[in-house]
Parts: sequence; structure tokens; C-alpha cells
Amino acid sequence: MSRPPVPVGNVAPAGRALPGDPFGRGPSPSVDRPQRRRRVTGQQLVQLIGSAAASLCLVGLLFWVTGVSGPIGFGVLACVVFLTIYAIVCWRAYGVLLMKDRLATVVVWIGALLAMIPLAAVILYVIVKGAYVALAHFPHFFTADMSGLSADAPTSAVGAGAAIVGTVEQVGIAAAISVPLGILTATYLADSRSLYARIVSYVVDAMTGAPAIIAGLFVYLFWVTPRGHSGKSGFAAGMALAVMMLPIVTRASQEVVSIVPGSLREAALALGAPQWRVLVRIVLPTARAGLMTAVILGTARIAGETAPILFNAGGNKSYNWNPFSGQQDNLPLRIYDLIFQPGINVVKDAWGVSFVLVLMVLILFVLARVAGSSRPGRHLIPRLRRAHPQ
Amino acid sequence: MTTLLEAPPQPPRFDPDVPIELTRADTGADRAFRILLAASSTVVLAILVAVVAFLAVDGWQALQKAGTKFFIGVTWAPELGRFGMLPLLGGSVAIALVALILALPISLATALMINEYLPPRLRPFLTGVVDLLATVPSIVYGFWGLELISGLQAAPAKWLVDHFSFVPFFRTPQPGGYVDSIFAVGLVCAVTIIPIITSVSRDVMSQAPRDVCEAAMGLGGTRWGMITDVILPFSRSGIVSAALLGLGRGLGETMIVVLMLSTANKWTTAIMGPQGLGSIAKQITEYFPTSSSIGRSALVLLGLVLFVSTLVVNAISRMIVNRAGRQQP
Repeated sequence: MSRPPVPVGNVAPAGRALPGDPFGRGPSPSVDRPQRRRRVTGQQLVQLIGSAAASLCLVGLLFWVTGVSGPIGFGVLACVVFLTIYAIVCWRAYGVLLMKDRLATVVVWIGALLAMIPLAAVILYVIVKGAYVALAHFPHFFTADMSGLSADAPTSAVGAGAAIVGTVEQVGIAAAISVPLGILTATYLADSRSLYARIVSYVVDAMTGAPAIIAGLFVYLFWVTPRGHSGKSGFAAGMALAVMMLPIVTRASQEVVSIVPGSLREAALALGAPQWRVLVRIVLPTARAGLMTAVILGTARIAGETAPILFNAGGNKSYNWNPFSGQQDNLPLRIYDLIFQPGINVVKDAWGVSFVLVLMVLILFVLARVAGSSRPGRHLIPRLRRAHPQ
Repeated sequence: MTTLLEAPPQPPRFDPDVPIELTRADTGADRAFRILLAASSTVVLAILVAVVAFLAVDGWQALQKAGTKFFIGVTWAPELGRFGMLPLLGGSVAIALVALILALPISLATALMINEYLPPRLRPFLTGVVDLLATVPSIVYGFWGLELISGLQAAPAKWLVDHFSFVPFFRTPQPGGYVDSIFAVGLVCAVTIIPIITSVSRDVMSQAPRDVCEAAMGLGGTRWGMITDVILPFSRSGIVSAALLGLGRGLGETMIVVLMLSTANKWTTAIMGPQGLGSIAKQITEYFPTSSSIGRSALVLLGLVLFVSTLVVNAISRMIVNRAGRQQP
């Protein structure tokens, strides 16, 4: 918006600059070709950097003179001063309307950066605090269990192995329950417009925002209490996680299933395919990439949930491979337990386990992105090539 | 003569967008399949009903003992037999509100950034950041908040209390203490509700009519002018409902509160220090395993209150979106 628009349709003779083309790049491009405008000019860059430098110096001087300190105070004050200076500069240069636009651009940038800072901070913090704990005892920390844990036990005596086994099994149980149910429900919701479908859709939305602790409390009352002390198991924890995961998978797959082209489905039905075949052979394969992303992302979200498993898994310092009998450990539960244990080393161990958990979640996240990046129907291409060689 | 001038009867026009009614006879497999689909969606419904039913049955004992005092009492002392949930519900609401106030501007800026400011090539990067924010486990956020943020926010909190204590919120229940407060917990919870607010408001904003946006730009408006005059008015109700969804998430946040908050279940407006308001999720998590029978019942009833309040918040948010969706042309 800063430069005057190039007059279109008014083509100057070759070599002569148009009024809007001060660098003499020759005739303006044809009308049909989209023109690329530079968003940020040198002048704007100078204004931005100048205002930033001025505000940093001013606030630094202020802090030095008055003797106050504090990183957060400095950041907030520097931001305010920067915006003020930048507003004045832009107002002098362009007037009120463009000043507002420039200021809004900077504010939006700052807001988006503020959303990125906590992510970077939390991941860096976990790596700094936890990576060397976990990686210094590399295979051991991932395979050993917590039976050597005491107030002053060294990190070399403990490991997250039992917790990893528990998390994998419990999340697997949750996925085995909620993925088929979620996909079937999503297919139903995508097809039906009845009042019942609308109620179910409403309930799915409501459950997506339900507090995690309620899922744990519900499974405790429904499954663990009637069975007494032996009720706590990996399976109970898996059920609580399934309660959390079901709405996530349903909502996500509903979106994926609804973008499968209706013409594909109708073509199959018109050829006489029964409805279940349309789902199994047409809808699911077409939506496969999106469904994979939805399921893996749901798994990643669930793997870090603590509240649902708190009352139901029970916790176990040693290996228990059987999720159906006996208490089981779990990564988030282990972190929670370690934070409240007495001792100096245990907090370090807790960071180590946190690192393992974050690593696992990040791997799942990357997998989901990779699975989602292949376009729908892509898997059909090799088969088509074989059928119709060029 | 006139009959010749009349148009010949047209065959019914075929509209590819309107699905045609199937006339093929149902097979048994079709019927079984439809029953399977309906049954699986009934499971979702059944879980909701079962949650409410189990919580209500187990909470009945406490409700009978405490009566309406449960909902309006301001003292939570199970050992004395006094169950008043307001200090706990108040704390949960306060945390959610602090988180919402901090997260809303950041989320709206991020949504605008993704939709309007970033070149399309870079959009997946920022959406990935937002998705990842939602994927980091809340116990890790809680641990991080406990070890790092609670200490970092103490200085600004002290400054606020020193200079603005005429506002009833900017006070501390424990003189000299500024860590482990409702404010600190809300600060970390804000991070966890940014993703939901961002993604919902992004969806709404991207539905603003593109031709009107381009008309605004084409008439010489600035990008900010287009945002304030086209996109924001169009998506106002969607943003309200995104904020409500964020509020619901904040209400239910458990592990961050359990790890960070230091509470005395005191009924107070001061949120900048420890030993103030409590939290329903924290109370259940910490005391459920060790409580007596009546204490357990009271905690279950608290859980029901929390569940119903998040359901109500979600329902209102959904209603706003639906009504706005119907008004659109």
C-alpha cells in the first residue's frame, strides 16, 4: 500500500520509466500476469529497526537511572515505548490511516510471537533439564524400572521402562476402543441429518471440552469401586483415556469423512454396492491420510493425560506387562509421583521422565504431520499405474 | 394455434448438488450396517448419561447432608461437616477467567497472523506451532510453571499489588507471598487454551466473504481497515463462542492447578498470592483417595458441578455459533 499503484494498461515505450516505476525497470508487466508487490520496503525496515533501537535504549536508560530491574517489566515497558515511538514515526510519515495499519501489523506480529514463546520455552526447558538425565544413562533409563527408587537413589538406579510399557499399553487400549467407535459415529453423523444425529453431534462437542478429571472419576466409580482394591489396572486407565479420546477422534474423523466427494459415494451406490462396502472400500481409503492424522493426533493428546489415569492405573514401581490384572505405571503418573517424592535426585528424575514423555509425544506429532501430508487418494496411484501402463 | 406457442414440457432439471433418493431395495446387510452406525453413536450418548448418573448417585449423600448450603456456602471444611463449594468453584472460575483474558488477544492475533498476514507458504508452520501447543502434556506445563513461571511472575505480581491494591483482585491473601497464586496458574493455563481459541476463531474468520474483503482492499482500504470493517464484524459471534470454549477448557484444567496452586480454600477476591481460593479439580485430585465416605460423596458432587458447568458453557458457545450460522446468507 505504500507505493503509488502502477497504472495498468498504460504501457510506456521500452526503456522509459513510468511515473510509478522510479527504478526504470522498463514497461510495466502485462495486465494478465499477476504482479508481485514487495510488502516491506527499505524505508519501513528503517522505521521499524529505528523505533526498536530507540525504545530499547530509552527503557535501558530508564532502568539504569532508576535502578529497577526485572526481565518481564523490561519487556512490557520496551514493548509499550516501541509501539508509541513507531506510531509517532508512522503518523509523521504517512498519516493516521496508514499509521493504524502499520501499528496493527506490528501488534499482530507481537501477539503471534507471544504464542510461540511459551512453546519454545517449555520444550527448551524440558530438554535442558531432562535430556541429560535421560540420555546420560541412555539405554538404562529407557529400560529400567523404578524399583530402585529411594530418597537419595542416583539416577543410574532408576528408569522409565515400566512407565513406557504402561503408557503404550493403556493408550493402545484407549485407541482400540475409541477409534472404531469414533469412525462409525463420525460416518453416521456425516450421513444423517436427523434430530438424533444432531443431539449426538452436540454431545460429542460437549464431551470434547469435558474436564479430564471427570473421566477419571467416572471410570473409578463405574469400574474400580465395584472391584475393590484389585480394580485398578491398566485396562481401567485405558477406558478412562478412551472416554477422553472418543470425542476427539469422532470430531476429527467427521471433518475428514465429510470432505470425501459425494460423487464417489453415489457412484458406488449407483453401481449397486451395499452401504458397508461403500464405507470400507470408498470412504475409508479416500479419507485414509486424514483419518491417520486424526487418530495419531488424538493418541498424542491422550498419551500426556494425567488426570484420567490418576485413580485408575494405580502406579507400579516395577514392570507389569499385563494391563488386565494388577496396577500399572504410566509416564505422566510417574512424573506426578516423582514430583511429590522427598529427595533431591527425584526432581531430576522427574525431568528425565518428562523428557521421555515429550519426546514420545513429539514423535507422534511428527508422524501425524507426515501421514497428513499425503493427499487423499494418493495410495491409488501405483495401483492405477499397474492397471493402465502408459 | 396457442398450443404451438407454449413451451414443450421440460424434463425435470438435474441438479448435481441435490442428492437423489435411492430406490434400490435394502438388503439385510444395509440394515445391519445402519443399526451398527446408530448403535455406535448411542454409545457416545450413553457415556454422557452414565457420567452424569454415576456422579449424581454418588454425590446424593453429600447433597442430602449439606442441602442448598452446598451451593451457596463459603466454607469448605469436610472435617467439620461443612460443605460450601463457593471458594472452590470461585477459584476454578477465577483461573479460567485470568487465562481467558490473557489468551484471547494472543489467540486473535495468531489467528489473524495465520489467515491474513503470513504468506501461504509459511501458514503450515504457525498452525503447526499452535497444534503442538495443544499436544504438549498439561503435566509438563504444570511442572514447568511450578519450577520456572511461578518464580518469574512474582516480581510483576508484587509490582501490581504494590501499586494497584485498590483493585480488589490485585491483593494477596498472604502478605509477602506472590508465588503459587491463582494468577500464576491462570498465566500457565492461558498457554493451554490458546490453541482452541486460535483454531476456532481462525475457522470463523476464514469464512468471512472473500469478495467483500477484496472489495475493501480494492477501494484503497488498508489491511487493518479490512480486518476491522469486514472480518471482525463478520466473525464477532464466532469469536465469542471461541472465547467461551476456551473458558470451558480453563475451568476443567487439572494438572497445572494441582501442581502449581497453593490453596487454603478461603473465600476472597485476592488472587495474587498463595493461600486463597481453591479449585474443584485440585480438591478432587488431592483428597479423593484419602477421604471418608461423606467426604468422597461431596467431592463427587463437586465433580458433577464442574462437569455441568463446562457442559453449560460449551452449550452456550455452540448455540451462539449455530444462530450466527443461520443468519449468514
